[in-house]
Amino acid sequence: MLEWISNLPNYSAYGTPVYFIYLLLAILPLGIGLYFGKRFSWYEALISFIFIFLMFDGSSWQQGISLIGYVIYQTLLVMIYHRYRQKNNSSGVFYLAAALSILPIVIVKLSPAMLGHNSLLGFLGISYLTFRAVGTVIETRDGMIKEISPWKFIRFILFMPTITSGPIDRYRRFEKDYKKVPTKEEYLNLVNTGFFYLFLGFLYKFVIGYFFGQRFYPFFERAALADPSFPSWNLIGVMYTYGFYLFFDFAGYSLFAVAISYFMGVRTPMNFKQPFKSKNIKEFWNRWHISLSFWFRDYIFMRFVFLATKKRWFKNRNALSSTAYMLNMLLMGFWHGITWYYILYGFLHGLALVANDWWLHFKRKKLKNLPHNKFTTGVAIFVTFNFVMFTFLIFSGFLDTYLFK
Amino acid sequence: MQEQIITILADATGRDAADFSDPSQNLFESGLLDSMATVSLLLGLQDAFDVQVPVSEFDRSQWDTIEKIEERVKELQNA
Repeated sequence: MLEWISNLPNYSAYGTPVYFIYLLLAILPLGIGLYFGKRFSWYEALISFIFIFLMFDGSSWQQGISLIGYVIYQTLLVMIYHRYRQKNNSSGVFYLAAALSILPIVIVKLSPAMLGHNSLLGFLGISYLTFRAVGTVIETRDGMIKEISPWKFIRFILFMPTITSGPIDRYRRFEKDYKKVPTKEEYLNLVNTGFFYLFLGFLYKFVIGYFFGQRFYPFFERAALADPSFPSWNLIGVMYTYGFYLFFDFAGYSLFAVAISYFMGVRTPMNFKQPFKSKNIKEFWNRWHISLSFWFRDYIFMRFVFLATKKRWFKNRNALSSTAYMLNMLLMGFWHGITWYYILYGFLHGLALVANDWWLHFKRKKLKNLPHNKFTTGVAIFVTFNFVMFTFLIFSGFLDTYLFK
Repeated sequence: MQEQIITILADATGRDAADFSDPSQNLFESGLLDSMATVSLLLGLQDAFDVQVPVSEFDRSQWDTIEKIEERVKELQNA
């Protein structure tokens, strides 16, 4: 019955330069509307539907079906919980709602490790939709979301520029933007910044990211696999070229998503803020994949610490913060996928955050005379950068092939 | 009220009250407050001033100086 869909052309988000021409042409009427202070919601829904359809038709049509099922499921869940929350507020029901909201992604993430194949429930972007849905459930629990409708919720989780890979927005922030049409001056500023981000994105993803991903990385990868000694210079080459590829590719993509959002009059949050100039690992997580790390910070770390402090689970403050860091980063590792290298990546970052806290404390108490100058700052940036690059090498999964296959 | 807030901040961060002498200093950018200390701060404010701040209501830009914390607490008390 659905044969015809599998024969249609498929356009993945921001995949080719031509895609941008189609997308910008489609958005143009929306932009004209916004310029004159009108938001054409129906037109936006129409083009969003078309572009999302094109991402999930053709060879990806099965993912498209999963996406539809997923959205219906999450919408029902959020609406039912929101309705319940108007009158009651039991912790049990909240935990149940949160668990049901993450259930699909748990199945999808566990399937490859448990069953040896990908789950049919999965589709590109499920993680990002899950973050938005779970965040909405949590804020409903806190009584912060007064008003929601199926239509508003769907508009939020399916926001077209960010559907497959973020950045992860928050329901209340998104709604506030959506309700208030920017003034002419504000909109022109958004368009202006949007174009800057768009071209910076081209430079990042299609030029620098391309060279690192398609030229330098494969070169070192081949050389390293041809001579699998350990350690080796080629492996170090793999490490740096992969790390830069990861940054420029993902930051480039995120710039596109933010730029297109701006054109649509929505201030989607930025995802990267010059991460490689971080002086320590805590600062790094305030600059790298920001919308993800802040999601974990606000919904996992802070809530865990809040609960644990209130219930007095820990006698010692350091034990509490260390547990919270490890929990937070291990969970992030598991979310990336159930493989040893993602989990080790999370583990190392958790450990680094614990060590970082300890060091800052030690420096303040015992090393009061340690100078603070360009040299020490340089050392701090150097150490942080190389640690991060090392963890990206683990994250890449290259070592799995290199060491064990 | 400001003195009480400074005591809570010093307690939450494990620092000296003297570190909080400037009420307009940005507490997050200066590295004085982090996520851990923020939670202690919120719980401290809860006990001292009988105000409830849900974690998901906590927008850093609204709470990043001693002056702003004081404003927020007063708002919540009058709410």
